[in-house]
Amino acid sequence: MKWWLGRKYNKTDVMWAFVMIAPNLLGLMFFYMWPVIQTFYFSFTEWGDFGKYHWAGLSNYETMLHDPDVWHTLRNTLLYTFLSVPISIALSIVVATLLNQKIKFVYVYRTLYFLPVVTMPAAVAMVWKWLFNSDYGLLNQLLHKLSIDGPMWLTDPMVAPFAVILVGVWSSIGYNMVIFLAGLQGISKSYYEAADLDGAGFIRKFWTITLPILSPTVFFASLISIINAFQVFDLIWMMIGDKNISLDTTQSLVYFFYEQAFVLNNEGYAAAVAMLLFALIMIVTIIQMKLQNKWVHYE
Amino acid sequence: MKKWTGLSALLLLFSMTLSACSSGSTSSDATTSSTSSTEKVTLTYGMWDKNYQPAMEKIIDTFEQSHPNISVNIQLTPWDQYWNKLNVAATGDSLPDVFWMNGPNALKYISNDILMPLDDLTQKGDIQVSNFPSGLIDLYKYNNSQYGIPFEMSTIGLWYNKTLFKNANVAVPDDTWDWDKVKEAAAKLTNKDKGIWGIGAQQKNQQGYYDTILQAGGYIISPDKKKSGYDLPASIEGLEYWTDFIKAGDSPTAAQMSQTDPVKLFESGKLAMLYDGSWAVGEYANNDYTKANVNVAKLPKGKEDTQVIHGAANVISAKTAHPQQAQQFLTYLSSKEANEIFASFGSGIPAFNGTQSAWVKSVPEFNLQVFIDAAANAKPYPVSKDTAAWLALEDEYFTKAWYGQMSVTDAAKEVASKMNDILAKE
Repeated sequence: MKWWLGRKYNKTDVMWAFVMIAPNLLGLMFFYMWPVIQTFYFSFTEWGDFGKYHWAGLSNYETMLHDPDVWHTLRNTLLYTFLSVPISIALSIVVATLLNQKIKFVYVYRTLYFLPVVTMPAAVAMVWKWLFNSDYGLLNQLLHKLSIDGPMWLTDPMVAPFAVILVGVWSSIGYNMVIFLAGLQGISKSYYEAADLDGAGFIRKFWTITLPILSPTVFFASLISIINAFQVFDLIWMMIGDKNISLDTTQSLVYFFYEQAFVLNNEGYAAAVAMLLFALIMIVTIIQMKLQNKWVHYE
Repeated sequence: MKKWTGLSALLLLFSMTLSACSSGSTSSDATTSSTSSTEKVTLTYGMWDKNYQPAMEKIIDTFEQSHPNISVNIQLTPWDQYWNKLNVAATGDSLPDVFWMNGPNALKYISNDILMPLDDLTQKGDIQVSNFPSGLIDLYKYNNSQYGIPFEMSTIGLWYNKTLFKNANVAVPDDTWDWDKVKEAAAKLTNKDKGIWGIGAQQKNQQGYYDTILQAGGYIISPDKKKSGYDLPASIEGLEYWTDFIKAGDSPTAAQMSQTDPVKLFESGKLAMLYDGSWAVGEYANNDYTKANVNVAKLPKGKEDTQVIHGAANVISAKTAHPQQAQQFLTYLSSKEANEIFASFGSGIPAFNGTQSAWVKSVPEFNLQVFIDAAANAKPYPVSKDTAAWLALEDEYFTKAWYGQMSVTDAAKEVASKMNDILAKE
């Protein structure tokens, strides 16, 4: 382990290795690690106009404890995360499995499913906002054809969170699908051949071969997806926005952070909110790491 | 194990390369340092609107001809970044010598001693404040000192669709219109079968409830900036003017308007009337449908005949290295000649009284004179040091009122009490 003390590595090699990774390492330190440390520090300060700030001790954290907005945006964020991630993972596995078969135009389908990933979230949100429009939107027009009265997708506070989740799932399937496809391609054919000899069907093979061998990939994908879902912001900001009654039930923690930091100029308080999110993501990630022994099979 | 670590490592590497690329191109914008020569001085002039740049360049050209020892460089920062950049520049003492300011931000800059008082200029008579609408001048006045001179202005008018009025046999709005006339016309113009509403009761402040609150005899913020006026019965009346249209079914609901911008509804002939600003002239003139079918009338009066006015101003940094030259430049920017050049470009309404005729003629289809006439009785756009804090309150509570989830009275009282807390801390 202690490679820097041992003789296993040649000193010049080590030096050159550092030189090679220096651009990334320095960039990472400067643009990622240093801001994290600064944010931690700023979460104990209160800001006035023009960058004047002073030490405020734990007051930001105290305010946070008693701020109902923090708790309801946190609840919205958790709802979004724990609904959208399982749905997205499950659908991605299904889609990846289907697109791993020998079917015609498989590359066309793969590209189509991946397209949302390379589309700007703002553009995605704009298009969905049109689709969701309760008077003129395509979605309700279709429902109307089926004699169903479509809901007010974005302006009914009970429906809007699910509309946001729908779009979130739609735009994340492509990314997860590619990861699962890579995982699926790594499964040796001999397992399936053996299963075929034993007379196992498609579903049986999926549950007893594909899923267990794919579990490290599932673990990785859910880790990344949860981290991303906790930071949901642009979809809500673009689709719901300020003067919409549904903002109450959809506003995420990052949205709240954005408002505090960039609209109200409460930089110190915003930093504390960011630390809460940081801690939350860390805890959930640690729990996942601990739990992986129970269900993740490494070959 | 191997498979996904390999993939993730690759992804990570890729993203790091990307971030390294983007971080490599750190900004190296060469800010013009002042020239070494003591005679020739270079000023920087900060602004946010690209559309106004050609007019400003022309004004600077004429200024440089009459002041050969001063040259002016424009520093254009798009609106989205302007205030962040200005905030950082003010913190780091690197502000442009002369720059644009707006109402909601003015008091914050003035009270932190970032702007130079212009009393020397206004008292000596180099700049006559009486040449500008008083509502605009007051926006940039603090403790009886003048800190900014407006160069443009925006006022509100009643935009209406001539064709829809004609189809419904309703006389088009004129100077005599008041609230009752609007209500009456809105009811007649609404045609549910055709999906046409009489008016779009938007939840907007400047082109909406600020105007009607003032017209009802209320106010948004007291002149000493210490008290919110939202809980006054007159202010509540000014807010209910709007929600009543929704209740009566003569306006789209708040939910409909947050999904489809009322401006778009107006542009597609679904709304007969809309309160909108002078800034919308370009939008309606460039749209073939609105150019042919809409016009604008004077804002209908309530108990009082007034509205809010806003306009950006030129200000000088308190820490400029060339105070004298900056004052000369600002004096020229506030002259009749400069305002006439500005008007000739048609991009905005100049603030100098009597220089606006070129702008009025820019779109002959619309009766633009109403925007100029509105300035005389207009009151300043309401601001305090921390305007942003109570603007957020307006959005939060009035959204509930517009959606009918809270009575207007309760929402207004809630905003008033929280706004008073904010003002007490200023």
